Amino acid sequence: MKQIADFTIVGREQLGEQYFSLTLRHPDQLPAIEAGQFVEVEVSDCREVLLRRPISIHDVDEEQNTLKLLVQIVGKGTRKLSELKVGESLNLIFPLGHGFSVRGERPLLVGGGAGIAPLFHLAKSYSRKGVEPTILLGGRTKALIPVRDAFEQYGRVFYATEDGSLGEKGLVTQHPAFAGRYDHICTCGPTPMMKAVGRYAMEKGVECEVSLENMMACGIGACLCCVCDTDDGHKCVCKEGPVFDVRKLTKWLAATK
Amino acid sequence: MAKLETKIHNIVLKNPVMTASGTFGYGEEFADFIDLSRLGGIVVKGTTGERRQGNPYPRMAETPAGMLNAVGLQNVGVGTFCKEVYPRIKDIDTNILVNVSGSSIEEYCSVAEQVDALDNVPGIELNISCPNVKKGGMGFGTDPAMAAQVVKEVRKVYRKTLIVKLTPNVTSIVDIAKAVEQAGADSVSLINTLLGMAIDVERQRPCLSTITGGLSGPCVKPIAVRMVWQVAHAVQIPVVGLGGISCAADALEFLMAGAKAVQVGTANFLDPAVTVKIVDGLQDYCQRHQIEDINDIIGII
Ligand SMILES: Cc1cc2nc3c(=O)[nH]c(=O)nc-3n(C[C@H](O)[C@H](O)[C@H](O)COP(=O)(O)OP(=O)(O)OC[C@H]3O[C@@H](n4cnc5c(N)ncnc54)[C@H](O)[C@@H]3O)c2cc1C
Ligand SMILES: Cc1cc2nc3c(=O)[nH]c(=O)nc-3n(C[C@H](O)[C@H](O)[C@H](O)COP(=O)(O)O)c2cc1C
Ligand code: FES
Repeated sequence: MKQIADFTIVGREQLGEQYFSLTLRHPDQLPAIEAGQFVEVEVSDCREVLLRRPISIHDVDEEQNTLKLLVQIVGKGTRKLSELKVGESLNLIFPLGHGFSVRGERPLLVGGGAGIAPLFHLAKSYSRKGVEPTILLGGRTKALIPVRDAFEQYGRVFYATEDGSLGEKGLVTQHPAFAGRYDHICTCGPTPMMKAVGRYAMEKGVECEVSLENMMACGIGACLCCVCDTDDGHKCVCKEGPVFDVRKLTKWLAATK
Repeated sequence: MAKLETKIHNIVLKNPVMTASGTFGYGEEFADFIDLSRLGGIVVKGTTGERRQGNPYPRMAETPAGMLNAVGLQNVGVGTFCKEVYPRIKDIDTNILVNVSGSSIEEYCSVAEQVDALDNVPGIELNISCPNVKKGGMGFGTDPAMAAQVVKEVRKVYRKTLIVKLTPNVTSIVDIAKAVEQAGADSVSLINTLLGMAIDVERQRPCLSTITGGLSGPCVKPIAVRMVWQVAHAVQIPVVGLGGISCAADALEFLMAGAKAVQVGTANFLDPAVTVKIVDGLQDYCQRHQIEDINDIIGII
């Protein structure tokens, strides 16, 4: 069941210039949260921002009753959120959307930029099932891969950076680990990256789920603003996604934009 | 407790707060957040003769104190609505109204006729803002004669309460309101979205796939209040007011300007529980001002 709640900020961490994380404590008991689900965050006291902002659930701590968001500062709303301090409160609608299926025995998780956010809770979910995922994280530079070591407790981690400042130089799809044998691929990140990963998976006949980040107004399936042109027609990313099986997205994969 | 009950033609509303079409899905999307039976009414998504996919993504852009949308009437079509959606929502204890849309008079009539058969739908809201495909895409609602014609034809096939939703994208909304009243409308609702446009200067492209789109949210409220006030003074039929309402004070402005009921749209995206907060706020206001019946303040301006 979806809910609206005022969370208390109990932790804040700056992760390089562009990223920060917020740890938020729920007033009561957190419901079960699937990896890949997201929240709609209210940006209050900001003249330029009207709508909530969708942000993935990066991590969940059931014992502490907290969840964590990993946010990249890209505009006015995320900048305002970056100014929040420990002790302040933040209103969220959550948990939203359908998450990853957490299938496969040899999964590969491919993340780029802010897209690595949902992969953390996903890696943890695999690990809890006794499956060790391979995790491949990419970014233009080392500084743009905001979370690194923490992933290592859940799987084998590889990096690709365009300037070679961390791991292999190049794109994630050029990394040797990408060409390994997997039975399931999950990806979240910039659209060109997700399309490249999705096309590769289709070619190789490997199951693949992508998590889309379309612009949203309501986040709960009411406005129909966030649609993706799937093979079954326009589907709301907020409600039927954000995670989709690429086999339903052949039109999207083929489109150049 | 003040009496909040109002009436739109034959429809009794337990309070004046309804939801605006296209912003509240089929109501079900909000069931986790509010008790839907506390609403005066729910106006469901614009419904056409056949299933429609709507416009390509991107079809939303945030603007100062508002948003542009170009959803373009994506909906399941009236057949699926009647067969699959209606049975799921028909027992919600509120007034379920269907927003009827189309691209030709025949399509409007066909949708209205099929909705007429649904026992638990006491009325329709005829969305005449749609472009008329047969007349070169000109909006039905922008010309008094064309607006009157579509209302007259729908009136022949639809027996229950007929609310006509007016577009603000006209020189004189009063002329359109009078024309549809003459043609047999039982009520008018206003305003639909204002035609707008936004450009992403970094990408040097329009923000919407359709270039232009409909503006809604707090930024349109003063225009909407003005139009409701003008129309309420010009017609005898009840007026439903909407455009930018996000709190009880906003709703009260519309009521004082002459609206018998209000609809809440974009504000549902910011707070899915806003509608019931507005209902509570109206009750509080009446108590604070010792008003026994909300109807006593309707049209006082
Ligand atoms: C399901 C989902 C999960 C997401 N998870 C995360 C996350 O975990 N961490 C994170 O940092 N971001 C995430 N995003 C993206 C995030 O929502 C946007 O970056 C944010 O809304 C931008 O708000 P802003 O006010 O800072 O930017 P604005 O000032 O509104 O815009 C600045 C720039 O960002 C672009 N932009 C705006 N919205 C989006 C969007 N939804 N996707 C891509 N670009 C956008 C605009 O086109 C513009 O160029 C997610 C998006 C979705 C839909
Ligand atoms: C995303 C979206 C979809 C809409 N779809 C419809 C629709 O299908 N039919 C209709 O008559 N109005 C539609 N509208 C207009 C609203 O019902 C309302 O008239 C308008 O948004 C102004 O009210 P607001 O400022 O409270 O949102 C839509 C508005 C939005 C924002
Ligand atoms: S954001 Fe409103 S339907 Fe997805």
